[in-house]
Amino acid sequence: MGTKIANDVEINPVPAIEKGISEEEDMNVMKYLRGEAANLEVLQDKKLKGQLALREDLYGKSAKAAAKAEKWLMPSEGGYLEAEGIERTWNIKQETIAREVDLLGSRNQYDIILPDLGPYTLDFTPSGRYMTVAGRKGHMAIVDMKNMNLIKEFQVRETVRDVVFLHNEMFFAAAQKKYTYIYDRNGTELHCLKEHGAALKLQFLNKHFLLASINKFGQLHYQDVTTGEMVGNFRTGLGRSNVMQVNPFNSVVAVGHSGGTISMWKPTSSAPLVKMLCHHGPVTALAFHSNGHLMATAGMDRKIKLWDLRKFEVLQTLPGHTKTMNFSQKGLLATATGSFVQILRDFSGSQNYSRYMSHSIAKGYQIQKLAFRPYEDVLGIGHSMGWSSILIPGSGEPNFDSWVANPFETSKQRKEREVHSLLDKLPPETIMLNPTKIGSVKPTRKKEKPAKQEIEAELEGAVEAAKKASFKKKTKGRSKPSKVAKKKKEAVYKAKKPFLEQEAKGEGLSKKKRKNIEEENQLPRSLQRFARKRQAN
Amino acid sequence: MKVKVISRSTDEFTRERSQDLQRVFRNFDPNLRSQEKAVEYVRALNAAKLDKIFARPFIGAMDGHIDAVSCMAKNPSHLKGIFSGSMDGDIRLWDLASRRTVCQFPGHQGAVRGLTVSTDGRVLVSCGTDSTVRLWNVPVSSIMESNDSSNNSAKPLAVYVWKHAFWAVDHQWDGDLFATAGAQVDIWDHNRSQPVNSFEWGKDTAISVRFNPGEPNILATSASDRSITIFDLRLASPARKIIMRTKTNSIAWNPMEPMNFTAANEDCNCYSYDSRKLDEARCVHKDHVSAVMDIDYSPTGREFVTGSYDRTVRIFQYNGGHSREVYHTKRMQRVFCVKFSCDASYVISGSDDTNLRLWKAKASEQLGVLLPRERKKHEYLEAVKNRYKHLPEVKRIVRHRHLPRAIYKAASLRRIMSEAERKKEERRRAHSAPGSIPKEALRKRRIIEEVE
Repeated sequence: MGTKIANDVEINPVPAIEKGISEEEDMNVMKYLRGEAANLEVLQDKKLKGQLALREDLYGKSAKAAAKAEKWLMPSEGGYLEAEGIERTWNIKQETIAREVDLLGSRNQYDIILPDLGPYTLDFTPSGRYMTVAGRKGHMAIVDMKNMNLIKEFQVRETVRDVVFLHNEMFFAAAQKKYTYIYDRNGTELHCLKEHGAALKLQFLNKHFLLASINKFGQLHYQDVTTGEMVGNFRTGLGRSNVMQVNPFNSVVAVGHSGGTISMWKPTSSAPLVKMLCHHGPVTALAFHSNGHLMATAGMDRKIKLWDLRKFEVLQTLPGHTKTMNFSQKGLLATATGSFVQILRDFSGSQNYSRYMSHSIAKGYQIQKLAFRPYEDVLGIGHSMGWSSILIPGSGEPNFDSWVANPFETSKQRKEREVHSLLDKLPPETIMLNPTKIGSVKPTRKKEKPAKQEIEAELEGAVEAAKKASFKKKTKGRSKPSKVAKKKKEAVYKAKKPFLEQEAKGEGLSKKKRKNIEEENQLPRSLQRFARKRQAN
Repeated sequence: MKVKVISRSTDEFTRERSQDLQRVFRNFDPNLRSQEKAVEYVRALNAAKLDKIFARPFIGAMDGHIDAVSCMAKNPSHLKGIFSGSMDGDIRLWDLASRRTVCQFPGHQGAVRGLTVSTDGRVLVSCGTDSTVRLWNVPVSSIMESNDSSNNSAKPLAVYVWKHAFWAVDHQWDGDLFATAGAQVDIWDHNRSQPVNSFEWGKDTAISVRFNPGEPNILATSASDRSITIFDLRLASPARKIIMRTKTNSIAWNPMEPMNFTAANEDCNCYSYDSRKLDEARCVHKDHVSAVMDIDYSPTGREFVTGSYDRTVRIFQYNGGHSREVYHTKRMQRVFCVKFSCDASYVISGSDDTNLRLWKAKASEQLGVLLPRERKKHEYLEAVKNRYKHLPEVKRIVRHRHLPRAIYKAASLRRIMSEAERKKEERRRAHSAPGSIPKEALRKRRIIEEVE
């Protein structure tokens, strides 16, 4: 049945299938648009308005082109696991999967047993090609996962608590008994980082080239690995903790404490950005989703909570214990207790996680670390008797971007990428809770008094600048230490003076006086001398 | 049970032979990339700094004249040549690539005041204070041979003597007539020894003349009574006239929007007008600190170059109130004439110190043939710099230009004076009855009246 419009032309309604497709396309286009369009109505400058409208149009076109490319041009399709009949996905065992899957896939499923070298922790490079493992008793190894090639293994004969790759597979850092060390791919010790102390956990911020560590006194250290400069060094103030993760979306480091709080830090401020009370007991594990607004926390109170980081609210609470958690690229959450691994998944995209798969490794093995391998449907498990790898269909991103992370990288490409990423190295000041704020313009203040905090911040800044200023060295005894110290004190006082004056002026006035001043300001300028002056009487 | 796992075969994702190119796969998903804005910001900052490192606009000076260069002319059909006339009557044809004189045209007894080339590029017309108009044959063959650096001189095709000294000359864009400016505006034909037509409005000399690129019969002149007049050759009398507060030294029509023209004024500003509506300027371009002597539009119509008495050459956007670039050298004295090259890449300035100088229009542009990858990279860096150019650190670097001390001081003095005037005006308005002192835009304020 067609609908009739004004000039009696019948149009057929869009059939339901096509509507579904166009809705899907719209969703994809929204993803590529990266947020809302700017509101151009408030602009008064017509030239600017025209230019920005043109820009917005171009953004729309490029988002549509990207959505189309995603639909038609991607070379690989993702993995999936569908149960038929009465079987459920969490009942399916790894052996059954290995039988059904092709040879390349089944090669990714293995167990490596190394019984006496302690619980193993592992880390993957962002391309998923290389893996580094470290056993607690000091056994470290780098493995090329494509060919299952052991590149190097060596023993440091010391406790190793954590290991991370730096910007590529050539370097990795190990948190050993007393200090943190940086090693080369060939096992050569390159650096001994004494300032970090006895680190418990290490994390590497890829874009900023910062190595973050938390040590057993609860001190957080940020070190720039390109220049060796210690960028930040903070006392968390909440005691020893060995739960630390980096949020990949905005590069803030979150630390979980034994009081059940989680604090989030950035290298440029000595106070945490956020402190949230998550659990009734100590926090045992922490994981971030790559989209930046989902965080999973687990505590000793036998709860796993999923948080929305935009509103800092709990989305979902699940029962369970876990010592380690990890999100995959496609949003699957892996948790582990003892020798049991459970994978959770939100089937409908509505952030409602439920059981997807599970796996029990050999009884008696204690799982130390879980890590999904990027761009593959593989979960790496580090446990007390070595490490294993199991297949989790649907966990990895099937299509990689060669300019972001290339699992088939040649050495020339690796070198080029290293140089380019060094050129694009982000300064530590760009780390903030909402990274999309960069480039946005602060709306002009309408004669509002700056908040007390802002005034204090300004005062601090001015005092610091005055303290840093260096004085010219004078001869003939005019730059004696006492005189220099006096000059410095005067400079600090000078920097503070305007703020003190402002305070005296602002706070000395009583409410009545302030009201009078307001009244005065409301009259036109030529009549301001006739404003009522109660005090004069 | 249906199951599938990601499995990539190495052959599909790596190249077959070492002669092949490496394979590149793209996934534009924003979830794979975090902190895009911060990365773009760092790239914009680096792009701004690189821009400044590579900003070397001065290419070379063309030495040869023995007196100040008073006028220049572009050859519309030949990119590499430029004509220049000096105050002692010497006219030269320069080859821009080798920066040498190709040909000299001696003959004028006094200063050469105007130069123009005919539409087909064959005939050079020059006029001077010795009341003569001379037509020269442009030596086409010797322009081609750049190896031949001998200074051959040409003999004039024709010499027309007239009653008064000439101040400027311009040729029609699409015809056979040329106009000279002097005591009156005369229209000449190549073959007639007397002007075909003559226009006059008031008793003052016309000091510059320009034909409209779009309409071959319309021309704009400026006179010493501070007016700008628009003439139509088909009418017997002039079409429109506006009188401003100060004299206009030169006019240039926008080749892409032929109804708009920009006038270079004595009060250090340039005023862009729409010739259909002359009661208000479209845009005022302010940045010079002394009289603007000459102006020329780029063939793209998007920017124009001005040369001023304050020894600088500035490049403005066609709709921008302030200059985007300023060129100066210690050796360059008062700039009397400027030209934008016909491929929009170079700017030529002729000045008081007898030299013509060749500059790049975009100071950090890489000359020569660029590889496609290089070009794309430059375009990307330009785009990312423009996206973040409002942020303070990037803006500081992009805006930074070194100015000679005299100009810097003069500019700050002008700013203080105009600020003081503005404040006084504001206070007068605040203390008067609302509405009794009207607000007048600068675009209108500088025009005294429009006359039909």
